[in-house]
Amino acid sequence: MLMNGARAVLESLKKEGVDVVFGYPGGAVLTLYDELYKMKFPHIETKHEQGAVHAADGYARATGKVGVVFATSGPGGTNLVTGIATAYMDSIPLVCFTGQVGNPYIGKDSFQEADICGITTPITKYNYLVKNVKDLPRTIKEAFFIARTGRPGPVVIDIAKDVFAAEVNFEYPKEVHRRGYTGDFTGNEKQIDAVVGALRQAKRPLFFLGGGVTLANVSDDVRAIIKRVGAPVVSTLMGLGCADPTDDASFGMAGMHGSYAANMSIQECDLLIGIGLRFDDRVTGVVDEFAPAAKIAQFEIDAAEINKNVRVDYPVLGDLRWSMPIFRKELEKDAADFRARFIKWREYTIAMNDNKPLTYKKDTHRIMPEAVIEEVDKLVDDDTIIVTDVGQHQMWAAQFFRSRKPRQFITSGSLGTMGYGLPAALGAKLGEPNKTVVLFTGDGSIMMNCQEFSTLADYGIDVKVIILHNHMLGMVAQWQRLFYNHHYAESELNGHTDFVKLAEAMGVDGCRINEPSELVPTLKKVLEHKGSMVVDVTVPETEDVLPMVPGGKRLDEMVMGVSE
Amino acid sequence: MKKYLLAVLVDNRPGVLTHVSGLISRRAFNIESITAGYTEEPEVTRINVVVSVDSDDELEQVKNQLSKLIDVIKVVNVTATENITRELVLIKVHATAETRADIINIVNIFRAKIVDVSPSNVVIELTGGEKKIDAIIEAISDYEIIEIARTGAIALSRGPVPAKSM
Repeated sequence: MLMNGARAVLESLKKEGVDVVFGYPGGAVLTLYDELYKMKFPHIETKHEQGAVHAADGYARATGKVGVVFATSGPGGTNLVTGIATAYMDSIPLVCFTGQVGNPYIGKDSFQEADICGITTPITKYNYLVKNVKDLPRTIKEAFFIARTGRPGPVVIDIAKDVFAAEVNFEYPKEVHRRGYTGDFTGNEKQIDAVVGALRQAKRPLFFLGGGVTLANVSDDVRAIIKRVGAPVVSTLMGLGCADPTDDASFGMAGMHGSYAANMSIQECDLLIGIGLRFDDRVTGVVDEFAPAAKIAQFEIDAAEINKNVRVDYPVLGDLRWSMPIFRKELEKDAADFRARFIKWREYTIAMNDNKPLTYKKDTHRIMPEAVIEEVDKLVDDDTIIVTDVGQHQMWAAQFFRSRKPRQFITSGSLGTMGYGLPAALGAKLGEPNKTVVLFTGDGSIMMNCQEFSTLADYGIDVKVIILHNHMLGMVAQWQRLFYNHHYAESELNGHTDFVKLAEAMGVDGCRINEPSELVPTLKKVLEHKGSMVVDVTVPETEDVLPMVPGGKRLDEMVMGVSE
Repeated sequence: MKKYLLAVLVDNRPGVLTHVSGLISRRAFNIESITAGYTEEPEVTRINVVVSVDSDDELEQVKNQLSKLIDVIKVVNVTATENITRELVLIKVHATAETRADIINIVNIFRAKIVDVSPSNVVIELTGGEKKIDAIIEAISDYEIIEIARTGAIALSRGPVPAKSM
């Protein structure tokens, strides 16, 4: 069928099953938006391109589908950069379409020209500059395939302005042919046998779950495997929600702000079975003394992640969708009574957790930030999606919200992008309209991308925004308190912004909680409220996130203490 | 530090050299030389990268990170095979009536060629391994070297099997 390039883009999106695009129009994409207008293609216009890309990311994390973004050339594209990097570091599938100046203007420093492929090369799984309309359908087909298969990631398609107007006989390819990338990540079963063998030898095995379990949608297999073996389990920030929440030997997050039992189990285990994680510096502590007694097994799709940070004794290279069902089957047919063999170790770790659970100083006069998260945890149903920004509130949410399922806890893990939360929450809500979406944010983070309050109001998107307002850049201040002689360099906010009025000015209802006695009743009202609500909760200024493994220390050298 | 020559076979697409060289630099790998050229297949480019690494693990990292690029079809460590490695150098050297005969002597010893002559200079061409090229530069450096252009190393394994089938 003969059509212009713009129409071909939208027809391709229909073929890919895309039900919403997040974007912002501009000169280079006028033709694209004209076709979008004519087709009434569902589109959310955020107030800033960064909002659009984070929203698409939140949508992708909540649904498991590919998030799609439109932006114009130059500043449109460059405003996407932080969001693309965020998605790349957490392996989130996105396809971002950017307009480029017209073919004759490329390379001439033209108005609103930026080399977006050059800029995004280090932060995309792949990118394309399309200069010929004939290449468009194949490029889009490839982009979605590359974004969603293997280790997922963002793909950028930069399209010259004249390509949108040029005519093409639209035919969407059925298959992708790339010699260097087949999307097939089937591995070698012998590597799985080796892990089973190691498990037969082990006395103190431990499972360690990462974001790959969520990305591959294999938490059912993983839970069955852990149940069969009876070993304790810990998670990375990205792996929260993958372990069975009713398992007594599931100790939540490990690493810098991990629980005592999680970190001690890592240091004491003799077989660490990592599934879909990459031993990032936030979870290892000083890497040379990470899990010193353990042989390490790693189920991983990306060959470059094996032996990158830690030495791996039993690598299993391949897609978890391939390896987990086999691992599960092999364990199920194995005669060994693993649970009985590991029961003492399991009980030992449970006792560690019982003796030193995650805790904080209870206070009747002030609202403790951890208490806010605990109360929300009690009030919401199991399907509720929690989104966070970045900083202390993020770590408290990871510690004190018990994630029940994968895709329930949405956070910028690896890049740690302040300003991620609000747009990601609105994207998550659009992807999962029947679920309650709660954003935990801070008075620092919310100001980055607070313009998206308007988007909530304009589209009637229902997100409950809980600002843990400590008048500080809390995590920065915590480090300054601990390592920089209490020099609060630029971390005291003392802002004059009234978040309730700010929300109201943009069309979102707001309320404030100052007194501990108001906390639960107000949270209840907020959660029952129809439509978005911004809740400004005053919390103490100097609360620390604990435990904490200081930089350059081993996981078992974590600072426990409860702060003033 | 050990040096390895990797043959990186890639889809011949715009930007592919940037993807490969950019990856090497942002992962902080040490790169000695990089060259690219067409191959027996029109849609495939062969990029020859000489990397210097501290350990086998680091070499594996380089190979795995390169293999991960969508455009990369295959990465082969040619150094690990029996191979022929060659590099081409052009040396422009100051040559007067008094020194020209000496320079020609050196050129003959190395079985190099003189490919350009002017009253005040000659240009020497030599193909060989890295050591041979370093040696001629050393030998000729007694005369005034005006400029040097080196291609960086390329290599093929010995025997009939191509890198793409390894």
